Amino acid sequence: MSANKGAKLLEVRGLTMDFGGLRAADDVSFELFEGEIVALIGPNGAGKTTVFNCITGIYTPTSGDVIMHPPGLAPRRINGIKANSITRLGMARTFQNIRLFPAMTVLENVMIGRHCRTSTNILDAILRTPRARRETRETIAESHRLLRKVGLADLANEFSANLSYGAQRRLEIARALATAPFVLLLDEPAAGMNPQETQELDELIVRIGAEEKVAILLIEHDMKLVMNISDRIVVMEYGKEIAQGTPREIKENPRVIEAYLGEEAHA
Amino acid sequence: MNHFKRSLGIGLWFMFLTLPLVVVRVNTLSQEVEWRWANMLWVGLAAFAIAWAWRYSIDRRAARQAQGGSQTRPLSARRSWAQRLSDDPILSRRLLMVAALAALAFPWLVSTGQNFYHVNIMVSALIFVVLGLGLNITVGLAGLLDLGYIAFFAVGAYTYALLSKNFDLGFWTCLPLGGIMGMFFGLVLGFPILRLRGDYLAIVTLGFGSITKIVLENSDVLFGGAAGIAGIPRPDLFGLVLDGREKSLYSYYIVLALVALTVFVTNRLKNSRIGWAWMALREDEIACVAMGVDMARTKLSAYALGAFWAGLVGVIFAAHNNFINPDSFTFMDSAMILAMVVLGGMGSILGVIIAALALKLLPEYLRAFAEYRMLVFGAVMVLMMIFRPQGLISGLRRKYEYDVSKGSDDVGK
Repeated sequence: MSANKGAKLLEVRGLTMDFGGLRAADDVSFELFEGEIVALIGPNGAGKTTVFNCITGIYTPTSGDVIMHPPGLAPRRINGIKANSITRLGMARTFQNIRLFPAMTVLENVMIGRHCRTSTNILDAILRTPRARRETRETIAESHRLLRKVGLADLANEFSANLSYGAQRRLEIARALATAPFVLLLDEPAAGMNPQETQELDELIVRIGAEEKVAILLIEHDMKLVMNISDRIVVMEYGKEIAQGTPREIKENPRVIEAYLGEEAHA
Repeated sequence: MNHFKRSLGIGLWFMFLTLPLVVVRVNTLSQEVEWRWANMLWVGLAAFAIAWAWRYSIDRRAARQAQGGSQTRPLSARRSWAQRLSDDPILSRRLLMVAALAALAFPWLVSTGQNFYHVNIMVSALIFVVLGLGLNITVGLAGLLDLGYIAFFAVGAYTYALLSKNFDLGFWTCLPLGGIMGMFFGLVLGFPILRLRGDYLAIVTLGFGSITKIVLENSDVLFGGAAGIAGIPRPDLFGLVLDGREKSLYSYYIVLALVALTVFVTNRLKNSRIGWAWMALREDEIACVAMGVDMARTKLSAYALGAFWAGLVGVIFAAHNNFINPDSFTFMDSAMILAMVVLGGMGSILGVIIAALALKLLPEYLRAFAEYRMLVFGAVMVLMMIFRPQGLISGLRRKYEYDVSKGSDDVGK
């Protein structure tokens, strides 16, 4: 569980995000390395999701740098780049409040993830050229593979709106994986899951991290899950990053205990 | 019993409401007021019966839904006839053949000698089928509300009218040009409204439609003003001289071919990378972009392609009618096309065709009840929104062929 397993993939330096007078993220810095699972934790409203949105291009940070280091390519500063370009570069995410495409089937949801890795244009689609057919075939095969991976293959033709909550969360993960990322961001993947489902999710996250060769950054409130699977943990409070370290270090950090339990814990 | 009381109340209420309309009549000849109490009784009875049937059907629907909801697995839900049709390619291909043959034979069955009234009606209905299918791309698939769609139709029609008048260009040259002009205007409208959604999008597109009409009405020199442009040549067929009926038949086959082409292209696009991106955009814009779909490109392609068909069919409209003026391109027409898409079921090709034919043909053949046409129309809309708010055909699940055995090397859990 050494912190620096491999090459650096994602670097966040002095990230600050203001909403009017409110500073939602204040000088946040951390890094993500190959093969790692890093958790971003903190009380509600600490600015974790804001950091996620800044990294994935949904917001443009007020200041600071977000730098991606695609394997084998030159590093790239991605502040202010459109979200779809960032996904194309190799960073995918899931959402805290599930954002699936409800009127599309489970398989189709995953197929959308392949959009940025395929290139069928309008003319190809109308003429159904060999390239379009091949890409469609590959898209379907790859989507099926990912559905099997998250255990949803049996429900491939069901509308995503009809899935159970836990299954919808897993579908979001499959959809994000379909974009062939090297960094995967999971925003509260265990929210609303029962202990049994959380346990399964725990295994799933570790498994996809290893099998799909993605580094994972996740926001999570379920401490058991976080302590189990994270290599490192970044703690935020009121927009500021207050601690970083291995699960063991974080557990014993007085600043973190204070943030979670309040002042009285000191007394 | 509760139903009985309520229905009775509704009956009485209608008797009261319609009292001045159906009971009291001033006979202008004899200068006296007639009281037709019998009418009142009929109104009351009819309102009572309808209210009763209404409550009954709502109850049945609720009961059916409760039954459906108790099923444990959603997969086993009852399949609609449309779903069954789409799951069975052989059956749907056969039905398509029958429909194609019927469409080809139609003008010969209904037109005799110089009577080609029905053919002309069908031509205008099919023009609206193409418009419906075009708007179906923008609204039904990509979910971009467009209340000014008729403007692209006008662009196509005026393109042909002006080019043939000023530059003596033929129908077949102008047909693609009309489509391209429509597409161009689709892009022109699309660029500034990429960031808009929902209500704002509706207002801007509504404005675009109105502006187009006002420009056409007020530009006497260029567009012929409110009087329009007359003497637009009919489609030519290798220079042959056609009589009235033959001209109509020719228009019919041209527009029928266009319908076939639209269906073909829309269907191909719908089941492709492009179509999936459109649908994802309709379902959730933020998630769609986060999954790597280029929003600008996807939206613009939806606008451009939707407008393309309107421009194309606008040329046919101008050629078929010989004459165009701004009154053919009102907001009412935009709303009508939108109604076709909504009634047919967002994104459903078959649904939109059925809805378009129904909405254009019914008013034509209901001319006998001309005064009540809009009343019936409104009632149908209200009923549809209550009983099938999702449209005639919707919620089809598409299945994708996939050889499961191929992927057995990495079995998940």
